[in-house]
Amino acid sequence: MDKHQETAEPDLKRIEEIVSRYRDQKWPLISLLQEVQEELGYIPPEAIRPIARGTGLFPAQVQGVISFYEQFHTTPRGKNIVKVCRGTACHVRGGRTILKIVKQNLGVEEGGTTPDMNFTLETVPCLGTCFLAPSMMVNKDYFGKLAPPKLKSILQQYGSPGE
Amino acid sequence: MKIADTLDVDSTFQHLRSQALASMRDHLDGTRPIVMVGTATCGKAAGALEVLQAIREELAKDQPDARVVEVGCMGHCYAEPLVIINKPGNPPMAYGYVTPEIARRLVRDYVIGDDPSLEFTLGALEENDLIPSIYDLPRFAYEQNIVLKNCGHIDPENIDHYIASGGYEALARALRMQPQEIVEEIKLSGLRGRGGAGYPTWQKWRVCRDSKGRPKYVICNADEGDPGAFMDRAILESDPHSVIEGMIVAAYAVGARYGYIYVRAEYPLAVHRIEIALRQARRRGLLGKNILGSGFDIDIRLFQGSGAFVCGEETALIASLEGRQGLPRHRPPFPAVHGLNGKPTLINNVKTLAYVPRIITNGASWFSSIGTEKSKGTAVFALAGKVVNAGLTEVPMGTTLRQIVFDVGGGIPNGKQFKAVQIGGPSGGCLPQSALDLPIDFDSLREVGAMMGSGGMVVLDEDDCMVEVARYFLEFTQRESCGKCTMCRLGTKQMLEMLKDFTIGQGSMEDLDKLYEMAEDIKEGSLCGLGRTAPNPVLTTLRYFRDEYEAHIKERHCPALMCHDLIAYYVLPHKCERSCDACVGACTVEAISPDRKGIKVIDQEKCVKCNLCLLACPPQYNAIIKLSPPELVPAAKKVK
Repeated sequence: MDKHQETAEPDLKRIEEIVSRYRDQKWPLISLLQEVQEELGYIPPEAIRPIARGTGLFPAQVQGVISFYEQFHTTPRGKNIVKVCRGTACHVRGGRTILKIVKQNLGVEEGGTTPDMNFTLETVPCLGTCFLAPSMMVNKDYFGKLAPPKLKSILQQYGSPGE
Repeated sequence: MKIADTLDVDSTFQHLRSQALASMRDHLDGTRPIVMVGTATCGKAAGALEVLQAIREELAKDQPDARVVEVGCMGHCYAEPLVIINKPGNPPMAYGYVTPEIARRLVRDYVIGDDPSLEFTLGALEENDLIPSIYDLPRFAYEQNIVLKNCGHIDPENIDHYIASGGYEALARALRMQPQEIVEEIKLSGLRGRGGAGYPTWQKWRVCRDSKGRPKYVICNADEGDPGAFMDRAILESDPHSVIEGMIVAAYAVGARYGYIYVRAEYPLAVHRIEIALRQARRRGLLGKNILGSGFDIDIRLFQGSGAFVCGEETALIASLEGRQGLPRHRPPFPAVHGLNGKPTLINNVKTLAYVPRIITNGASWFSSIGTEKSKGTAVFALAGKVVNAGLTEVPMGTTLRQIVFDVGGGIPNGKQFKAVQIGGPSGGCLPQSALDLPIDFDSLREVGAMMGSGGMVVLDEDDCMVEVARYFLEFTQRESCGKCTMCRLGTKQMLEMLKDFTIGQGSMEDLDKLYEMAEDIKEGSLCGLGRTAPNPVLTTLRYFRDEYEAHIKERHCPALMCHDLIAYYVLPHKCERSCDACVGACTVEAISPDRKGIKVIDQEKCVKCNLCLLACPPQYNAIIKLSPPELVPAAKKVK
């Protein structure tokens, strides 16, 4: 159904196709990985060899870059990404409690995905919306001036937290 | 340069300018009302898109003649969504905290009708006889907008707005100067890098200019990663062309052929607006071959980071651009000599580059007349935390912390006491009350143990524990350490463990001495700024708030009642109004229940310390308190 759920066989053709588009570009690796992730929702381990071949690197170098940057993911993620801000302003305005309660609501830890693949919970160093602290993002929507009672209804807008 | 060339540049630019002015005619002729909505990230996060839609719908009913323009951030983020209505014959009016309902009313009553709806206004944006001006607010006595000048006043997605308000004039002028004249001008202006370290900008430029090797590169460092800093984003979202213009001037001055803007991946709107701006600049012949007929070629591309804080360090940024892990390397050689692709590379921060066109247009002596002896110009700060008016502010260097926090920021909300300002993010420090009258510039901050950093300023009040704040920053740097240098990788880990111990009431007085030792070692043993400045938050809190550390260690007591493991919530039985259920209803984890007499009891096992019960307890009872150490909660009540 959902493209993020096609975990069984990552579409190697699509990956090859992306790789070929970057063939002539200087220093393509990071932009290329970003595009693969944009397409598939994550970077499947099977993609590493074709990417390495296409960019003239060793697979270990590609893997090294993937694991270095926080934004690259090697496992499928949920349909909705919840990003709780752990910036300074949020921290002093109760951000820790917000994270605690979101964790309780979703039943997952930081970096975890609900079993129904509906939510992935992440934290970010700072969303840069400090004037709305404490804040979080779900997909591309911002939610600010959060208080624990608001959280449940916000999450419910995106479907049931995988019970 | 030949005279024919300079004539060419001038006439090409005049042609561009008249084109821009022509296309802006409806915007400037003053016959139609203009409604401007701030749709930078701050506006969007506060609901500006709904407001925008409401305005469009309402206008479509009656007044198709009015123009709606999306603008960037004016800096008053606390009052977003912000709407400016400019009606012919009236001063432009700014409205804050606008909801879709208010927006509809504003359209009906003011755009179509004649009532300026003063109850929603922040003030007029021009001095006038009728309506109080926003410039009468105390903050405007201190603010001086140079890089934020256009922000919130022009459409960032329309290059004509930028050109019509004087944009690219500096470029046209610069292209008629000799490159070394430009470097000289920047030197005379006294401009220092706004990325944090405050290195003289002209020196980087000169070294890069004098270095051999082709092609040269210029990079705009927009990898703004400090928690609490969002000014670079605001500039890129509100006035991207000012940064691009600065980059082109810099490229011309050092002889660079290619440019990159390295943007943090968490800034999708900035990415979007830069892409539009680059495309428009290319179409107008401001980028590409033979720009403005000058014979100078420059291409600029955008590069998105992938979430690594360390990439804000210039050598790590270059490694990242080249498609490698963002690990810093030893300097020298500096990037100005050996940078991207092994070629001379100029790297400047967003704000540094945005100052450049202003300096070229207004002259070095104008710029150097602002600020302090060694730090010229203005500083842009992002104010957040326990402050009334959170948002951006630009003030001359040398403005005091007190003026920024209390006059610009409006002080501490809820009648609380000021405790400290955390300045400069994870590289900076916490400055106490006694530092409030310090005139801020690059050097004065370093003397008191902090750092300008990127300019994030988080205000802390009496409810914030300084040990916890230090722990928070160490956790951040520990997590973001790239792992290359042992002292940074393992040293920050050790410091973090000690700080964690303090916040849960373990740890000893000897640990305080060890913290100092570790701090020195980490500073010495790290290659880049991340490690070298990582101990700053700990050192400054130890220097100014040692008593709080001692209370944690000796008494398991958190004076600010913030450390979750050292506090407990408790209902005072004699104050609890038994028939009231406010706290029970407020608790999201069902930790509160009445005992046989109806007195509420908190189950300490279930309590997540979210503070909601304390807020819910009606002020006339005020029955819920925080106790530290948690052992102060009477034992009998705990069992129930």
